[in-house]
Amino acid sequence: MKTWVFAEARDGAAAANALEGLAKARELGGDIAVFYLGAGSNDAFAVLGDHGATSVYHLPAGESLPAPAAAAAMAELAGSEAPDLILFGMGNTERDVAGRLSVRLGRPVLANAVDITADEDGLVVTNEILGGTTRVASRSTGDGAAIVITRPKAFTAEPAGGGVPEVVAVASPDVGHAGEAGVLERHEEVAEGPDLEAADVVVSGGRGIGSGDEFEMIDRLAELLGAAVGATRAVVDAGWVPYSYQVGQTGKTVKPTIYLACAISGAMQHLVGMKDSSTIIAINKDPDAPIFGVADLGIVGDVHKVVPALIEALEARG
Amino acid sequence: MRIAVCVKQIPDPAAPYELDPETHFVVRPEDQVLDDTDRYGVEVALQLAEAAGDDASVTLVSMSPSGSLQGIRQALAMGADKAVIVDDASLRGADALTTSRVIAAAIGREGYDVVVAGTESTDGYTGVVPQQIAEVLGAPSLTFARKVEAVDGKIRIERQTQAGYDVVEAAPPVLLTVTSGAVEPRYPTFKGIMQAKQKPIDTLTCTDLGVTADNQQVITSVDPVPARQAGEIVEDEGEGHLRIVAMLEEAKVI
Ligand SMILES: Cc1cc2nc3c(=O)[nH]c(=O)nc-3n(C[C@H](O)[C@H](O)[C@H](O)COP(=O)(O)OP(=O)(O)OC[C@H]3O[C@@H](n4cnc5c(N)ncnc54)[C@H](O)[C@@H]3O)c2cc1C
Ligand SMILES: Nc1ncnc2c1ncn2[C@@H]1O[C@H](COP(=O)(O)O)[C@@H](O)[C@H]1O
Repeated sequence: MKTWVFAEARDGAAAANALEGLAKARELGGDIAVFYLGAGSNDAFAVLGDHGATSVYHLPAGESLPAPAAAAAMAELAGSEAPDLILFGMGNTERDVAGRLSVRLGRPVLANAVDITADEDGLVVTNEILGGTTRVASRSTGDGAAIVITRPKAFTAEPAGGGVPEVVAVASPDVGHAGEAGVLERHEEVAEGPDLEAADVVVSGGRGIGSGDEFEMIDRLAELLGAAVGATRAVVDAGWVPYSYQVGQTGKTVKPTIYLACAISGAMQHLVGMKDSSTIIAINKDPDAPIFGVADLGIVGDVHKVVPALIEALEARG
Repeated sequence: MRIAVCVKQIPDPAAPYELDPETHFVVRPEDQVLDDTDRYGVEVALQLAEAAGDDASVTLVSMSPSGSLQGIRQALAMGADKAVIVDDASLRGADALTTSRVIAAAIGREGYDVVVAGTESTDGYTGVVPQQIAEVLGAPSLTFARKVEAVDGKIRIERQTQAGYDVVEAAPPVLLTVTSGAVEPRYPTFKGIMQAKQKPIDTLTCTDLGVTADNQQVITSVDPVPARQAGEIVEDEGEGHLRIVAMLEEAKVI
């Protein structure tokens, strides 16, 4: 068994989803390598070793979108190294590379995976469909690597005490016009407060809050609880908060102790990202809102009354 | 400028989905709707065409059972010029790779400068079909656009990233995927709906395109996930927040 884990560099270290992938790779056993895309360092590579990678293929990224070149480089290496499984996390660059690699290798992509197991016939990939209400187990048939995109937090990252991996520099292949998407500017939209994906308490707001200005009460409530702020896609699309706040199928997956959903309907694409929280509290004026179907405590009421009252009560406690 | 928009017809998400117990494929009713995600792609295409001027064209490309073509008519009514549908019995339950090869072949046959797609479909959400299409076509892909404009003959987007966004551009031929934050899709006008009835819809088979369905994905089992138990629902009569405080205390987060 030979597994590759794709890692995009974010802030000079492997994205968290790569460490989650490494945890699964270790469980499956065998040879583990990381394909690392972007700015690397000995420290960054040592972390990968600590999480189980014995080798790292390193492709630095230039000033164009790197996916076409990364996919070409991976496909070429796969020709000689013949991995059985190639794991990707669910980020934007990850999806760009996985899709292109799939074409290069002529292998399907199994997306939204929540588990991967091996039996005598090969690998079985379990994914959740229909908003996480149904689990489907599938296999890719034919010869060659199984390409799998995993859901965030499907596996728990854990250091395993491995040594420093062997680092192999990979040259960027010329992919012609496909590689000519130039990056002109990079912007960071930094969120204040605790990291959404790691926070113990998450306060999320939905479209029912009404406006970007009114959304400030969610910030205030989160501040009082030491919580991270989350949002639905409707709120992100409306431009009230940046994409990095989005919880759900196409945003972040959170599993906090408390998830407080304020004026969120509970569409299945949102539920996918938060239904595994330990305790869910929902405030919604519509008693039939689907969010109440997953809530441990549901308050049927106006968010503009309940949240200010809650803020006041918490302030009074000091 | 020749613009191709990838649009998917899906069973109405408001109606419960059914899986065929034998094949495990989603049962596709005769009446399918336009995937809401793709209305944004259609709108971006129409705006690019309007900015480009008179000889710009917008062609819808879809792989789906023809059925009533209600979803395709919806997109034509928004203003697209024509549609190309690939309908072939061998494509039932096609995996994403097969889907992308078929769509890329149909796009290549029409000729294109810009391909527009959604970021992920509502029913399948593999979220890789567009990137696969771009790779088959050998085109750059400007993905996850939250803003799109044509600047000096190039397409420029704001691309969502995990940290914020990047400004990225590429010259045609190019593929882009758009998020639902990029534009506000227009509603079809009455005139648009009437005109859509006259617009050409070509239907192609795999043989026409010279592609064969080669599914490499088999489903071995389908199981429901145990649903989370709903808890207590309380009507707020001015005391609702106290229940929340009590629960926060119980969970020891305050
Ligand atoms: C492919 C795809 C991917 C998607 N990915 C995501 C994702 O990652 N994350 C995500 O969140 N969504 C995602 N969505 C969108 C999702 O389907 C919903 O549209 C979205 O979650 C709705 O957001 P909302 O609950 O804020 O808004 P709405 O559904 O409009 O709900 C607003 C709620 O506020 C309540 N309300 C209104 N006023 C008040 C008040 N004064 N007091 C109390 N309650 C009030 C209403 O009763 C309602 O329930 C995706 C959709 C698709 C098709
Ligand atoms: N059968 C299809 N026909 C046309 N376009 C499709 C089809 N499947 C996927 N797409 C396009 O690819 C995007 C992403 O879909 P997916 O990869 O299935 O999540 C969609 O928003 C469409 O633009």
